[in-house]
Amino acid sequence: MTDLTRLSAADLAQKLRRREVTSVEVTQAFLDRIAAVDGAVHAYLHVNAEEALATARDVDARREVGEELHPLAGVPIAVKDVVVTRGMPSTAGSKILEGWVPPYDATLVEKIRDARMPILGKTNMDEFAMGSSTEHSAYGNTHNPWDLERIPGGSGGGSAAALASFTAPLAIGTDTGGSIRQPGAVTGTVGVKPTYGSVSRYGLIALASSLDQAGPVTRTVMDSALLHELIGGHDPRDSTSIPEPLPALVEAAAQGAGGDLSGVRVGVVSQLQGEGYQEGVQARFTESLELLRRAGAEVVQVSCPHFEYALAAYYLILPAEASSNLAKFDGMRFGLRVEPEDGPVTAERVMAATRGAGFGDEVKRRIILGTYALSAGYYDAYYGSAQKVRTLIQQDFDAAFEQVDVLVSPTAPTTAFKLGEKLDDPLAMYLNDVATIPANLAGIPGISVPNGLAEPTDGGAAMPTGFQVLAPAKADDRLYRVGAALEAALEKSWGGPLLDRAPELG
Amino acid sequence: MSTISRDEVARVAALARIELRPDELDRLAGELDVIVESIAKVSQVATPEVPATSHPLPMSNVFRPDVPEPALPVDDVLAGAPEAEDGRFAVPQILGEE
Repeated sequence: MTDLTRLSAADLAQKLRRREVTSVEVTQAFLDRIAAVDGAVHAYLHVNAEEALATARDVDARREVGEELHPLAGVPIAVKDVVVTRGMPSTAGSKILEGWVPPYDATLVEKIRDARMPILGKTNMDEFAMGSSTEHSAYGNTHNPWDLERIPGGSGGGSAAALASFTAPLAIGTDTGGSIRQPGAVTGTVGVKPTYGSVSRYGLIALASSLDQAGPVTRTVMDSALLHELIGGHDPRDSTSIPEPLPALVEAAAQGAGGDLSGVRVGVVSQLQGEGYQEGVQARFTESLELLRRAGAEVVQVSCPHFEYALAAYYLILPAEASSNLAKFDGMRFGLRVEPEDGPVTAERVMAATRGAGFGDEVKRRIILGTYALSAGYYDAYYGSAQKVRTLIQQDFDAAFEQVDVLVSPTAPTTAFKLGEKLDDPLAMYLNDVATIPANLAGIPGISVPNGLAEPTDGGAAMPTGFQVLAPAKADDRLYRVGAALEAALEKSWGGPLLDRAPELG
Repeated sequence: MSTISRDEVARVAALARIELRPDELDRLAGELDVIVESIAKVSQVATPEVPATSHPLPMSNVFRPDVPEPALPVDDVLAGAPEAEDGRFAVPQILGEE
């Protein structure tokens, strides 16, 4: 019998529509898989078994009587814990929200529920999405299913690891500086950061409001297109939501899978390769470029000279916005409240004690950095300058997209490093996002597609690498066309998906 | 650019309303110094003629009709609060006694 957990979401959806399998069988298969392997992987912070099975039973009953259903109805999904879910804990990986159960659903969760997709649970993440390894979660590490001693990327390591360990067929991530794409790259899964405003931010626990964007975490490019079309589109409750309809994403993925990229101009960003990029990562990237050429694409080098300032600008803008967004964790309305050990119990002192006890190291570091960058005397030099760099980076992208249709780079400079390796060196940790950050600063969309394995520099088994494709704002369809074409060419050369080569768990 | 002393970290932490232990102050002073030094390079290219960008896709005047929408049920909202009383959030005293 087919192992249902190994199928793509598109294949599961088709089997459900043809009534070859029930949603209860599918959902139970994933819950059994979670029980078998998630003790070792720890992708989930909360498993929502009872409600997921109730949704599955309901879908099966509706299908039985021939009701018209969403194409993904009955396909289960996991949701990153930074997205609020009514009736399920939503901690964003922080002790300050331990046990908090939101009174409402994020818009994207409403869409998932309206499509009648069982929600398997909430996935682990760096606290408030601050991190690149999921080690900053207050609830313990997630492990990379390819090598349990290594990081699954971050902040959305839980969602990526759930896909890579076959404990979910689909997941939701959020990407503020690479938190969907970088975990995708290091776990051999697909991740898409949509155009800013393509997916509603209503109900996301905000990190940096001008950078945050939710998107799909999947095993195939087509699955991402299907999920993006479900969760995307205008939402009046998010005033930064794009009013016009999404481009035809599923169609673009289907076109790309045909393998013809004739007439597509691909730009290799000179600044996002070379020094700092692991040898094997660079080698896989070069091989993928050759596959794009063979598919008919024209590949040229493109320079984006201000990208070298992107990381610096990001680590000013993000902490500045985060310090403001996280001011709501004051111990008054939700989550933790801690009273000072001595002295008067006033609101301000309770707030300081609560935040001192409830926030982890990285969150404190970034809030203090952001507060510093915004404080009198430093504002112009730091935050003001960072906003100008943001303009320069947008101008680099505008100039590049006049020459080419898409830009490409390795998604992450290295394969997954060992747990604990960069925990004491924040700056080294920040460098993981060097190739993904420019897209967030400019609001443009990006995808990471698994493109092979590379030897880690510290030895051990070969680990996945990712290929990033970037497109102009609102041209998300180009990601899916190019991504699907690359995926098809790679899988042909490998004789199957990359994840078939991941070690067995459990 | 100035370096970040332990006192400066304490001052900023107070502004951010985060109580820090002495060992945290020591550690953060060193870490923030390194981080700030590396990100200060933004000022190299941020010349006066470059306009600032605050938002990736600028939109203006995003309005909705001025009609009331249903609010969340009070009990649901208060269920997640540290303390509630008479349908309201219960909070510590706002002003200290001098």
